[in-house]
Amino acid sequence: MKVLGISGSLRRDSYNAALLRAAAEFLPDGAELEPWDGLKAVPPYDEDDDVEPAPAAVAGLRDAIAGADAILFATPEYNHSVPGQLKNALDWASRPLATNPLRNKPVAVVGASMGAFGAVWAQAELRKILAATGARVVDGEVAVGHAHEKLDPDGRLADDSLGEALAEVVEALVTVTRARDLLAA
Amino acid sequence: MSTLTQTQEALPTGAWNEDPVHSHVGFELGYASGVFRGSFSPFDARFDGDRGVLTGVARADSVHVLDENLTAHLLAPDFFDAERAPLLTFESTEIRRSGGTVSVSGVLTIKGVSVPVELEGTIDDPFLHPSGTERFPLHLETTVDRRAFGIDWQMELPNGGEALGWDVKLSADLFLVKA
Repeated sequence: MKVLGISGSLRRDSYNAALLRAAAEFLPDGAELEPWDGLKAVPPYDEDDDVEPAPAAVAGLRDAIAGADAILFATPEYNHSVPGQLKNALDWASRPLATNPLRNKPVAVVGASMGAFGAVWAQAELRKILAATGARVVDGEVAVGHAHEKLDPDGRLADDSLGEALAEVVEALVTVTRARDLLAA
Repeated sequence: MSTLTQTQEALPTGAWNEDPVHSHVGFELGYASGVFRGSFSPFDARFDGDRGVLTGVARADSVHVLDENLTAHLLAPDFFDAERAPLLTFESTEIRRSGGTVSVSGVLTIKGVSVPVELEGTIDDPFLHPSGTERFPLHLETTVDRRAFGIDWQMELPNGGEALGWDVKLSADLFLVKA
């Protein structure tokens, strides 16, 4: 099982990228997390550019989504919402809606922020956006507030309860993904 | 001298299938300040007059609305979740006729959730169609709260109201042809 990991933060030492690495530790044998590092290269969405062949960065994103069994998103929060570049990438990925690769794709959302609330509003918005694309949004939330105190760059969580919550979300995502495989079999 | 009037309570006997061209299964619900309508086509409706059972089946992906993006959203987990629940089904448990009116109890399954429903409508006796087939009309409708089926998508409108109504009127206009 291939789980694509998409961080909404572009920063080199991103806490959300670290949170994805922490999540990878909870994946069962046979499942691996593949971080997607193409976010910065995605151009601004312009319907005039949304033609075949798609811009290379967009094609890469769509292929990465199509080739993954599930996606785990980790998002920071900018002005109480989703980082613009992440929303922009999802806008590209979701069109045309009727055939987009996010349809029915099991996805889960977690988040980290340096503030107290752990990007809970951005996470909620991201779940709403993903549902609108037709993705199968798995229940569960991990909000890592004060991320600079709770998460080191290697993805080690200093808080056991956060680790348990992260394990639960990863397990839920794996369960839904396996159920989908059975349905397709 | 009294006049005896008889109310027809008997249902047609034998097996009957829908005439797809002259039958329609639709839904409507409030959308912002207007009404949003859709239908299912094709669908399968059968009346087994010997058992007195009416059944209906539609594929979720036979939903028809006038916007392909809305169709895509209706098929997604937010609404019908066609991947997991490809079929919508109905099966009657009791049909009561009194002259031209009919009441039907049954079980409606949408998004994999089965809910008992009561439908009301009209019926007429079979007649010989110019095509040479026997047929009878049956119109049924009911209103359900879509949340009963786990279809609880909602968006708040700028004025604070809800974008999409919870109550959904379902209607079936069937022209049933003797098999």
